[in-house]
Amino acid sequence: MSTTVRKAIPFVSGLIFGLGLILSGMTDPQRILAFLDVFGAWNPSMALVMGGAIAVTLPAYTWVRLRGHSVAGVSVTLPDRKTITPRLLVGSALFGVGWGLSGVCPGPSILIAANGLLAGVWAPVLFLLSVIAGMLLYAAWSRRGSNVSVPGSAQTSGL
Amino acid sequence: MYLHALEGGLLIGFAASLLLFGSGQIAGISGVLGSVLERRPGAWRWAFLGGLVLAVLIVRLAGGAVPGQLAMGWPLIVGSGLLVGFGTRLGSGCTSGHGLCGMGNLSTRSLVATLIFMLVAMITVFVVRHLLAGG
Repeated sequence: MSTTVRKAIPFVSGLIFGLGLILSGMTDPQRILAFLDVFGAWNPSMALVMGGAIAVTLPAYTWVRLRGHSVAGVSVTLPDRKTITPRLLVGSALFGVGWGLSGVCPGPSILIAANGLLAGVWAPVLFLLSVIAGMLLYAAWSRRGSNVSVPGSAQTSGL
Repeated sequence: MYLHALEGGLLIGFAASLLLFGSGQIAGISGVLGSVLERRPGAWRWAFLGGLVLAVLIVRLAGGAVPGQLAMGWPLIVGSGLLVGFGTRLGSGCTSGHGLCGMGNLSTRSLVATLIFMLVAMITVFVVRHLLAGG
């Protein structure tokens, strides 16, 4: 694979990812909230988004994990942490509250903010700025906390 | 609605697999955005984010719409945004990183994370829509 093609891959991947999010309806907070509203007028269609995506990522990840490198020959180090840490549990729970309140997760937050900028609608822009502020808060907090916690724990990104 | 959800999901899965096969990277959006904010090296992250934004441009130029109405006041917008940003970084991932890539990688951590944020989000919606709003 030529260098030019390889350098274009993240860009093309982002483009297809974005088109997929828009087509699937994931950018619509009302659709997400209807999916999460299992005790109300439940709309299960969003489960198909996750199901469809995993149907592709499962064989892809399995293949790469078995080979240890990508098609382009790039070595791949997949996260191999096994420990269920308090950070994982608390972080996921906090995200769940924010997602349940807004109906917006990080990917769609970028898309609807870009759309809001172009359409002159400011609520989605404010939302993305708040997400960014939350991430910067975490960065500042984990830098401070890294003095007392296990060395390197702030650097690991085990999925 | 259901067909579009499935087609969109397949596209997302294809995009994540392309990034894995071609660049050896994980398509976790909170990780991409957070790492860019922490100024970590990796120009591919800017390219990926640029691709996401271009998707919006293309859809709008083609006459399509990107539905994304937030029907709430600014304090709730700011509060929920802060929780999404802080929580996904603390928990090392969001719907894409844990939900699509991590689950595809058969990661126990990602399975646990996904179950927690989905369950907590469902409980949050239940509290807001059915307890606080009175049904």
